[in-house]
Amino acid sequence: MRSATIGSVLAGLLALLLAVPLLVVAGVSVNAKKTLSFPPQGFSLSWYAEIFTDPGWRGALVNSLTLAGLSSALSVLIAFPLAWFLWRWKAPWARAFEILGMTPFILPPVITALGFLSFWSAIGAYGQQWTAVVSHAVFFVTLPLVTLSLGFAAVDRSYVEAASTMGADDRAVLRTVILPLVRPYMISGFAFAFVLSLNEYIVAYMSVGFTMETLPIKIFNALRYGYTPVMASVTVLFVAITAVIFGLIARFGDLPRLLGAWSKSD
Amino acid sequence: MIRRPPRTLAEHAPILFPALMLIVFFVIPFGLMIAVSFFRRVQGGFYEPDFVLANYERFLSAFFGNVLSFSLMLAGLVAVVAVAIAFPFTYRLVRLPHPAQVRWLVFLLSVLSLSEVIIGFAWSTLLSRTAGITNLLVAVGLMEAPQSLSPGFGALLAGLVYQAFPYTVLVLYPALARFDFSLMEAARTLGSSPARAFFTVLVPALRNTIVGTVIMAFVFALGSYLLPQLLGRPQHWTLSVLITDQAIYQSNMPFAAAMAVFLVLVSLALVGLALILGRREGSQ
Amino acid sequence: MSALVLDGLAKRYGSVVAVHGATLRIPHGQFVCLLGPSGCGKTTLLRMIAGLEEPSGGRLFIDDRNITEMPAHKRDFGMVFQSLALFPHLTAGENVAYPLRIRGVSAADQRKRAAELLDMVQLPGMADRPVSKLSGGQRQRVAIARALALSPKLFLLDEPLSALDAKLREAMQIELKQLQQRLGITTIVVTHDQREAMTMADLVVVMSQGRIHQAASPVEVYRRPADAFVADFIGMTNLLEGEAAGNGTLSVPGGTLVLPEMTGNSRVLLSIRPEDVVVHGNAEGGPNRLAGRLSFVRDLGASVELRIDVAGREIVAVAHPKDRPSVAPGSPVTVELPPQACVLLPLATGHAERAA
Repeated sequence: MRSATIGSVLAGLLALLLAVPLLVVAGVSVNAKKTLSFPPQGFSLSWYAEIFTDPGWRGALVNSLTLAGLSSALSVLIAFPLAWFLWRWKAPWARAFEILGMTPFILPPVITALGFLSFWSAIGAYGQQWTAVVSHAVFFVTLPLVTLSLGFAAVDRSYVEAASTMGADDRAVLRTVILPLVRPYMISGFAFAFVLSLNEYIVAYMSVGFTMETLPIKIFNALRYGYTPVMASVTVLFVAITAVIFGLIARFGDLPRLLGAWSKSD
Repeated sequence: MIRRPPRTLAEHAPILFPALMLIVFFVIPFGLMIAVSFFRRVQGGFYEPDFVLANYERFLSAFFGNVLSFSLMLAGLVAVVAVAIAFPFTYRLVRLPHPAQVRWLVFLLSVLSLSEVIIGFAWSTLLSRTAGITNLLVAVGLMEAPQSLSPGFGALLAGLVYQAFPYTVLVLYPALARFDFSLMEAARTLGSSPARAFFTVLVPALRNTIVGTVIMAFVFALGSYLLPQLLGRPQHWTLSVLITDQAIYQSNMPFAAAMAVFLVLVSLALVGLALILGRREGSQ
Repeated sequence: MSALVLDGLAKRYGSVVAVHGATLRIPHGQFVCLLGPSGCGKTTLLRMIAGLEEPSGGRLFIDDRNITEMPAHKRDFGMVFQSLALFPHLTAGENVAYPLRIRGVSAADQRKRAAELLDMVQLPGMADRPVSKLSGGQRQRVAIARALALSPKLFLLDEPLSALDAKLREAMQIELKQLQQRLGITTIVVTHDQREAMTMADLVVVMSQGRIHQAASPVEVYRRPADAFVADFIGMTNLLEGEAAGNGTLSVPGGTLVLPEMTGNSRVLLSIRPEDVVVHGNAEGGPNRLAGRLSFVRDLGASVELRIDVAGREIVAVAHPKDRPSVAPGSPVTVELPPQACVLLPLATGHAERAA
């Protein structure tokens, strides 16, 4: 019993340690004046308002949300047919594409970023905004690929067989059986990719760093060129968005399973 | 539905788009980067096709040697510290009731997905003179005056461990969640203390997982490109930072690419090793 | 005209043969049971008929039309899966209406027909229940209704009742048979339960090791098994190895039997059901009697099982309690093997099959 208490105290301490940098930032974000001080001097939510009123910050927010939305949608569009193909057909050679889809996520991000930088400048598209969408979609394709593979693995093949004995061809099976069953996994994959795209810096920077500011790029530039408490309020906003999205995934999906708590056969 | 090799073009059709996207936007850029690493740099920030080994020859310089050895040392330190904290933590996490586990996972995922920019900013604020924790220490009378703890090696290490910790937990999570804890209970009924059972049963049983996780955390820490700039001094720059710096600010793409190729080889070799270790334990 | 013809239908997985060439004619309206131990190839055979497995060889005809290459979704067969495979994201009614939906039947007609079908399987008013809210027996009925929604040419069931408890299973067997008789639909059921096969089938197809051993009526399979495997697998039997002398006599361990109908002289296997063995509580000899010693008596209430040691081999007899000989275990007895109950089986193939 005593060790359990010590354990709980340590876990609590760890949670506090993980939260402390964010709490300090949250404190800084409500400073009344444009100072970087903690505990905050005075209380003001004006730095939150400025995210939406200041054209620079608002633009960056819109850029980030647009980029995250489009790129994670494209990620799912790439991952879904691949995961479905691997599940539907016996094609060991196609595993090569699965591995390709996993690689960018495991390698240090600088490498993928540099690859894109060479590629976009070689084809003369460097700096065009759509390149960031494609870059992020490929960079984060791992996430929907993993969630969808888990989703397909969870579909009992006898459902598909039953549907086919009842007259459904491949297309009808996909529409009436598979899609409804893997939808939660598809949404989780989209959400994971969305959150990570929202936070991603280096790939976006090396693709469109000089022509488009996303929020992480803007925060980084602000760090270099002068402090403003909006950095803090934007950070808090980001943490909140991230936590809400993961909270939603946990609410509507099985988070432990998505993170590998059970093997495929269960 | 019969699961057999696809035969017709129509049956192959679904994989065409993903395959095309991955080849055009991942394989080709990757190959191009390798090609660029052999290109010749020309003044003015450009490069032209060639086949020179000059970019790789620069690896032999003392400067590069210092950066490389510091990067490896730092990543190793971060990996060991992160796993040392994350392993006992994950061991407790997987035994929590489901709702508490989910709350922790949401929290960890949120921290994990935070931009390095944000983590760097949060830690530099936390360690700053005006808004940092030293103000708290002053308030309770432990310190005379607030002082800045960043930049510095300690700040960098703290930031990197902070960033690597949730990742490490999530890498350990599947193995520990599937672990059969009745083995530990058996040891307990034979009179082992909880700590003894932990070290004599759990740790040896998951030895390969632990080593594999250290490697994964190592590769993860090796990939950190901003924290060394934000929390460290110039002598704390790592290979990832150097690659970014060479590519963007020094406009030396061939050298950046050569270093990236080197980093890929190191990372792939390590990840391969981690996978082999993981598989060996899975088959046991 | 045969409804369904299997012509050497075979399935190999690499070097493993799941089904050797299976040849079978199934007339219209028959209730067929594919019966055999697990791994005998019966499910693979059913799945080939359904189009869920590609045959490695052979052909399949329905009403003289070759459908070997036809994909499952064009065959118009109804199938009930072992797991039932009810769609978890649909209600009971939507599950039953699924084949109609695939064929573009209007929503109103789908609902109407689903209600009729649910009535047919005695689940009136259950259309809006989610599948997860149904009991095991109810799910069974929904799966059957769904498979019958389009009045299929062929009704296939893969171990459909295995998930139910013993009592419900027996009731469903009778219900399923009655439903099949009412609809007159050609039906093939895979089962490993011989009682189930005996209850329902017009035609029992006994399989083992990927081969069909016998396809006949339940009574014939029981009374006239084609080989030792069938004799042994269907019910209980006594198998005695013997030497036919050519003059209608058979020497077995412990004595000689006179079997007038027997011709030829070779080593054969004699099969006799325990209920046909007559036990006499004395050591008197007589025609077709073998001397032995009562070794064990098991009183089962409705019947008595007697085990008799004859020349070192055990013969099992089952008698009505009133015919029980009044001797204690250990006493000498004689067992009578009536000639009309004895079935002679080829020795070589029978043993080869069992040993293979």
